Amino acid sequence: MKKLLIYLKDYKKETVFAPLFKMLEATFELFVPLVMAAIIDRGIGQADTGYVLKMGVILVALGLIGLLCSITAQYFAAKAAVGFSTGLKHALFDHIQSLSFTEIDTLGTSTLITRMTSDVNQVQNGVNMVLRLFLRSPFIVFGAMIMAFTIDAKAAMIFVVTIPLLAVVVFGIMALTMPMYKKVQAGLDAVLSATRENLTGARVIRAFHKEEEEIDRFEEKNGFLTHLQLVVGRISALTNPVTYIIINAATILLLYTGAVRVDNGSITQGEVVALVNYMSQILVELIKLANLIITITKALACANRIEVVFEVESSMAWGTAAARVEAAAEGKELTKVGNATAGGGMASGTDALAGQDSTDRMNPAVGGKVVDGDGVTTGSGAGAGLAVEFDHVHLTYGGAGAESLSDIHIRVPKGQTVGIIGGTGSGKSSLVNMIPRFYDATVGTVRVDGRDVKTYGMEELREKIGIVLQKAVLFRGTIRDNLLWGNGSATDEELWEALRLAQARDFVETKEGCLDAPVAQEGRNLSGGQRQRLTIARALVAKPEILILDDSASALDYATDAALRRALRELPGETTVFIVSQRASSIQHADQIIVLEDGEMAGCGTHEELLADCEVYQEIYYSQFEQKNAVQT
Amino acid sequence: MGQRETFRRVLHYIKKYWLYLTASIVMASVTVALTLYFPILTGRVIDLVLGAGQVDFPGVFAILKQMAVIAAATGLAQWIMNVCNNKMTYRIVQDIRDEAFRRIEILPLKYIDAHSYGEVVSRVIADVDQFADGLLMGFTQFFTGVITILGTLGFMLSVNVAVTGVVVLVTPLSFFVAGFIAKKTFTMFHLQSETRGEQTALIEEMVGNQKVVQAFSHEDEALEQFDEINGRLQDCSLRAIFFSSLTNPSTRFVNNLVYAGVAVVGAVYAVHGGISVGQLSCFLSYANQYTKPFNEISGVVTELQNALACAARIFALIEEEPQTPEPENVRTLTDVEGRVELSHVDFSYVPDKKLITDLNLTVKPGQRVAIVGPTGCGKTTVINLLMRFYDVDSGKICVDGADIREVTRRSLRENYGMVLQETWLKAGTIRDNIVMGRPDATEEEVIAAAKASHAHSFIKRLSKGYDTVIGEDGGSLSQGQKQLLCITRVMLCLPPMLILDEATSSIDTRTEIRIQKAFATMMQGRTSFIVAHRLSTIREADVILVMKDGNIIEQGNHETLLKKKGFYAGLYESQFAV
Repeated sequence: MKKLLIYLKDYKKETVFAPLFKMLEATFELFVPLVMAAIIDRGIGQADTGYVLKMGVILVALGLIGLLCSITAQYFAAKAAVGFSTGLKHALFDHIQSLSFTEIDTLGTSTLITRMTSDVNQVQNGVNMVLRLFLRSPFIVFGAMIMAFTIDAKAAMIFVVTIPLLAVVVFGIMALTMPMYKKVQAGLDAVLSATRENLTGARVIRAFHKEEEEIDRFEEKNGFLTHLQLVVGRISALTNPVTYIIINAATILLLYTGAVRVDNGSITQGEVVALVNYMSQILVELIKLANLIITITKALACANRIEVVFEVESSMAWGTAAARVEAAAEGKELTKVGNATAGGGMASGTDALAGQDSTDRMNPAVGGKVVDGDGVTTGSGAGAGLAVEFDHVHLTYGGAGAESLSDIHIRVPKGQTVGIIGGTGSGKSSLVNMIPRFYDATVGTVRVDGRDVKTYGMEELREKIGIVLQKAVLFRGTIRDNLLWGNGSATDEELWEALRLAQARDFVETKEGCLDAPVAQEGRNLSGGQRQRLTIARALVAKPEILILDDSASALDYATDAALRRALRELPGETTVFIVSQRASSIQHADQIIVLEDGEMAGCGTHEELLADCEVYQEIYYSQFEQKNAVQT
Repeated sequence: MGQRETFRRVLHYIKKYWLYLTASIVMASVTVALTLYFPILTGRVIDLVLGAGQVDFPGVFAILKQMAVIAAATGLAQWIMNVCNNKMTYRIVQDIRDEAFRRIEILPLKYIDAHSYGEVVSRVIADVDQFADGLLMGFTQFFTGVITILGTLGFMLSVNVAVTGVVVLVTPLSFFVAGFIAKKTFTMFHLQSETRGEQTALIEEMVGNQKVVQAFSHEDEALEQFDEINGRLQDCSLRAIFFSSLTNPSTRFVNNLVYAGVAVVGAVYAVHGGISVGQLSCFLSYANQYTKPFNEISGVVTELQNALACAARIFALIEEEPQTPEPENVRTLTDVEGRVELSHVDFSYVPDKKLITDLNLTVKPGQRVAIVGPTGCGKTTVINLLMRFYDVDSGKICVDGADIREVTRRSLRENYGMVLQETWLKAGTIRDNIVMGRPDATEEEVIAAAKASHAHSFIKRLSKGYDTVIGEDGGSLSQGQKQLLCITRVMLCLPPMLILDEATSSIDTRTEIRIQKAFATMMQGRTSFIVAHRLSTIREADVILVMKDGNIIEQGNHETLLKKKGFYAGLYESQFAV
């Protein structure tokens, strides 16, 4: 909570004034029994009706001043609390956006959303209540005690004993039940998930005729929940009766002491009434305070959860301006050398041998491209420089035991089209996600344009790269809004051109409003294939140097998929394209195909080469194409 | 369900606990009466304490003793009341939840498919809680509130009519003030919740898809958009919270007015000897508390209404028509060969939207039936009918000559092994999930089944192997791994008939080939229905059902259908158009 309090700093005035005015209000409330004592002793005692009326006016005036103070306090409290949560939400949103994928994966997006919505609301509520009541209630309790002292020190001693006793009872019961309520919540969660499970799995449960067993399981959980509720209920049911008995026992004592003190002339009858009134004021405030504590505990728990999010720091340091200049210079130097192998060795500090090794591995790929002779790609590998290079890269996700990628070594000259294929979980997405530095290599170096990705500034790197993620996500707004994500200043012609390349032009043209056609949240009003094509177009609008399609054509039929690939070949010569797919047909024409299995490179080369000597590739290819052969024969 | 009917149902649940209810009501009455009596005694003591040397000590002691007894009795009564209320409330909640769950287990799938899970869950959880809190707690509050008001009135009237008049006349003011503020703030709250909804939607969108936001370096724009909404929310929240927080000070002010009124009028009466000082002090403590039950009752009425609405939703679930009960002369299917006949089957989900009409099909034991067709053509509907998740509208389905409506659901389903595309796993260990169909399977059998379905190798690599606990719906497992577990589950019991919904995308092609091989051994000698996507499966099928718009438009094997050059031939060719 402490760290979150800085968001109150713009509201210092309000934060001080709210409790201050509340205390003023309480002070006026504390005067009431004194006035009443005066009415009894002087007004009634001396039969002075005029005095009674005068005191009546004072009572109303006290109430009115109290009302004004209280309204002022409420306003300041509301202003501070709302301002606090507004600032907090802004900072939280900003912070979440600064996290890298690793942290987002660990925290989970649904958690982040709850933190930003319901948790912040709870904290706002807590701040509001604290400002309003947290000082008022203790103030009244102790104020009443002090007022009692002004009347009669001996009688006031009863207050001194009663107040701590009450506090022990109320807070003791709370301390005892609080952890139990947590258990009750866990019990309720169990009942909830059992219900949910039986709805989502209705078919399977019935197919395996598990209904009776499930009912038993549910009733057991439900019974346990009831048991917990009854146990904790029995304890918290004590609060009211016990406080009631204590307060009234104190009242009885007070009356007795009062009687003695009146008898020996120390205090008056009216003052006894005032003392009794102070005692009952304490009771009312104590109940309020107990409720307040519950709100505060909840708010504190939420605040802690929010704080945890703030404590998570992005594990990624982006290149500073100075480092960037240096690295850029280094990069240039390397390009000048023109030797595609040199960059790796120097920047990452691997020895010359490793560099040598990488040259050897590179050869088949370059050679393959020549053999392929597709003619679509540009230039000879060495002269054009490398667009992307993986230098013995290993990747282990945070918290995972095993490596997701091991010893990946790839060199991709500018303008190449690279296909990446492999089974589920073989690391295809992990590999391409490392190019825009969504994840950092655990070992090894990833380079873009000859420079270690770690030396780039975030925007500098990501502007070069257009990535279309597996899950096709669009945002609420219009089609145009979504496409402009790629490049805010793109003209309509550029947008249409991107749509054409992405094979989305046709369906966008048929939409009412064309580019201005509305897109629902997550793009729910569009089909899976349409969404995919729009996300591809969005990436194309940015005219990236490197385009990555992470299994982004899976919802397209074969014909559209093929047309898309043909269109991508039209991209300006320097554009390097990565295509991740499970379909062999999608990548078979690539200049270089990388075959992944269990995070390792099982092969790298052209379609023909791999078909000749890569077992994994053969298996994948024939699993999808044997039928075709069969038809042809 | 009308409110009266709902209330009658509520009473039905309470009836079982009438003892607690009676005790609660009696104790509530006792508590209220004693609580009200206490200030009177206080007043009497004060009247005996007139001034120096004017204290009647024996009288004071006598009353103080009475007060001690009363305070203790009140505390006890309150505690008993609380305990009774707790028992009654929690037991009723338990009963209702149990009953709701039992009903869920026998509801037709039609109901489950048509309602969002979240909605049903919220009925069983949130609505029941709200009902219990609102109705039972509301009821006791209402009850004690009314007794308090009546009791206070009675006590006050018995002491002094005029002072009572002051209390009775001024108190309702707080009602009006509270009502006025509530009405004024309603629109502000509405605006606040709307804006908050807008903000939540944006958060869901941007945080939920943070990866895309970052990939496009869109963070600044997103933050700008967020701040705009955040600013608006700040404005309307401030207004809503401030205005609504006026209620408390205002009602407290009214309360102070009552207090001042009682003080002045009472004191004037006291001057003229109308009432004693002790009685005045008693009045003051009543005046202090008199507005409380009023405020509570006004809240209780809305709460009660809300609770009844919740109750109505729960009862609607509990009284939902269950699936057709099994007939009396029901048989069990035993030693099934696997002969399946569908004759003149009509079926539709929505009455006026025909889906399947006059479907006829005879499947011999051990035959393999592939069901193909474009998405949404009714392939899964056939599964729903075979498993009797839904009943046919007309016509009949027979297994080994017996109408499936005349045999127990259990024996019918026991004879089918089903693997659906939407995998479902329950929370528990991997083993729990595998042995679902055969809880008595040995470790060796489990491992053998897992090996046969190629699940063993990944299970082995999990931190605790077969004892790894997976969360609700598979938790951290990948879609493909979940699918493999579902296959293992069927592999373990191997019933005489199979229903397989082929996975389209969740498993990579190589794993799939292995599964296909496992499927092939599994299908040996078993009647199988396959919703097929892979051509190899389709080509090897004995019968191919080509479905379109709910109808079987073509039926035959691969060769005959290709020769026909109809819909199937077209579908087949399109797979290879590059």
